Amino acid sequence: MPYFQEYQLNMDRADTVLDALMHIRDTLDESLTLRCSCRGAICGSCGMRINGHAALACKTKVQAMVSERGVVQVEPMNNMPVIKDLVTDMAGFWDKVRQVQPWLQPAGPEPEGEYLASSESMNHLTGVMGCIMCGACVSDCAALEVDERFVGPAALAKAYRFVADPRDGAGRSRLLALNEPGGMWDCTRCMECIEVCPKGVGPMDRIMLLRSRGIQANVPSTCGSRHAEVFADLIYQKGRLDEPMLAARTFGLRNLSRLLSLLPMIFRAFVRGKVPKSGPLHRAIPGMEKIRRLFQRMEERL
Amino acid sequence: MKFAFFPGCVSKGGCPELYQSVMEVYPRLGLELEEMTTASCTGAGVLQEKDLKLGDVLNARTFALAEQSGLPIMTICSTCQGVMSQANHRLTTDPPYLAAVNEILGEEGLTYRGTTQIRHFVWILLEELGEQGIRQQVRRPLKNLRAAPFYGCYLQRPSEALGFQDQPERARSLELIMSWLGLEVVDFPGKTRCCGFPLLTINEKNSLRMVASHTLDAKRHGADILVTPCPLCHLNLDGMQSRAASQQQADIDLPIWHLPQLLGLAMGMEAKRLGLTRHLVSTQGVLDKLGSAVAKIEA
Repeated sequence: MPYFQEYQLNMDRADTVLDALMHIRDTLDESLTLRCSCRGAICGSCGMRINGHAALACKTKVQAMVSERGVVQVEPMNNMPVIKDLVTDMAGFWDKVRQVQPWLQPAGPEPEGEYLASSESMNHLTGVMGCIMCGACVSDCAALEVDERFVGPAALAKAYRFVADPRDGAGRSRLLALNEPGGMWDCTRCMECIEVCPKGVGPMDRIMLLRSRGIQANVPSTCGSRHAEVFADLIYQKGRLDEPMLAARTFGLRNLSRLLSLLPMIFRAFVRGKVPKSGPLHRAIPGMEKIRRLFQRMEERL
Repeated sequence: MKFAFFPGCVSKGGCPELYQSVMEVYPRLGLELEEMTTASCTGAGVLQEKDLKLGDVLNARTFALAEQSGLPIMTICSTCQGVMSQANHRLTTDPPYLAAVNEILGEEGLTYRGTTQIRHFVWILLEELGEQGIRQQVRRPLKNLRAAPFYGCYLQRPSEALGFQDQPERARSLELIMSWLGLEVVDFPGKTRCCGFPLLTINEKNSLRMVASHTLDAKRHGADILVTPCPLCHLNLDGMQSRAASQQQADIDLPIWHLPQLLGLAMGMEAKRLGLTRHLVSTQGVLDKLGSAVAKIEA
């Protein structure tokens, strides 16, 4: 059974959590096991949970994390097996990164010179290319916590790096693969990965862009893509959400059993006066034509 | 203090007791609200899956309308707040982007200068009324009740867009306000995790696993109720709780409350007027626990 071990030590204002852990290993408990290498937030080795959230120990100051009682709680990363103390098994992490085929797959004949890409397109990818594969986003991913088959934020951010690269020719096949269960639609949009990423990669933002590209590429519709499409259409029609219509059109006749399964809950909500108006009974907001004109202008700009 | 009130779709749709309870409590808090009836839905992060910039244009329109009236916006939905905070952050930190959005709004005779403040009701309680102002409102301290906060995602992340750097107490706003109302605050690890609502249409099984995980965890930590600032969390944690219990073969029965309902009860209001009869998980056991001061709501 996992347990917490307490250590008492004095640290300076400038010390990092990694400094503290190495101090423990050097002076208090030589069996304490952790990974680290560069000590400068470049190698991504020292990912761990500090006060409940994933972070790089080398980039986290003790002073910023210490509680009123003088405690800093350190744990191994979540969503991956623990080997010993603060060392986790990253094999599953790498398997999922490999699953998205993280290499360029150009299409067509090879150019005589180099493959060219505009500065703008590469600048757009700079942020996502900053990923150091530390696993912090995977550790704190809420969707992975309930389903280990989800490919996860690190692999999806890496997938976007290639989908959005103009030199890559496999965008559609990549999007088709990511459209499958366990892929881009299984993210719960909790933003944990954005918050804990030590390099500002913003994995969830990349997942949202993957979804957008999937819709643009007309990959086969899923409940996720229909939900987004219907949501946009309802705002276009009424300026605000028609919740029963959103559910009905998202599931539709393709999944009648799912709709029927919601009936007991809908009945209980109805008895309590909680079923919203829908269809013709659900009126558009005043000045609706102004909202529609904004939609149309955005459409014209595409 | 006067606000442009943005109630959001769900508080006037599937979660009407939230709107109802806010309408009951706000006049007694010294707040003046002017409802934004012509503002569109924020997109809730879903429209943004299809087209992020379209979402920003619609939200910039809402911000421009508030700016014209010279009022800050008050939200009562974490998702509305989070989506609007993120849009406002993109617009106000990227002048060329704001100019591009204004070019589109300009055709409607609108311009957004980037000055609109957007604040959740919970933050207004924290920052405008404060401890003294809230305590002064309490006629019936909610003693003997163990309540766990459940923030969900949008009032916690991304912290940069939510102004936590300037207002660090926003990160624990629920705990502070709940303690000022006399509640015993129960801390548990799931309080800032996702309720699973965004997955509900896509992967119901995983969504319900999240519902069961957080509600059962809160119960294990001794909570009598969960308190949320988000109607979408409420839809999942309250509305889908019985399905989550069946799926996990567990007994949950944990009432999920909106913060304004607790506030109203502490202010001495009747449970029924605060919409406490409209929950799918009954609140009666909790009201019984609070004692004879609270009338039977079935009456």
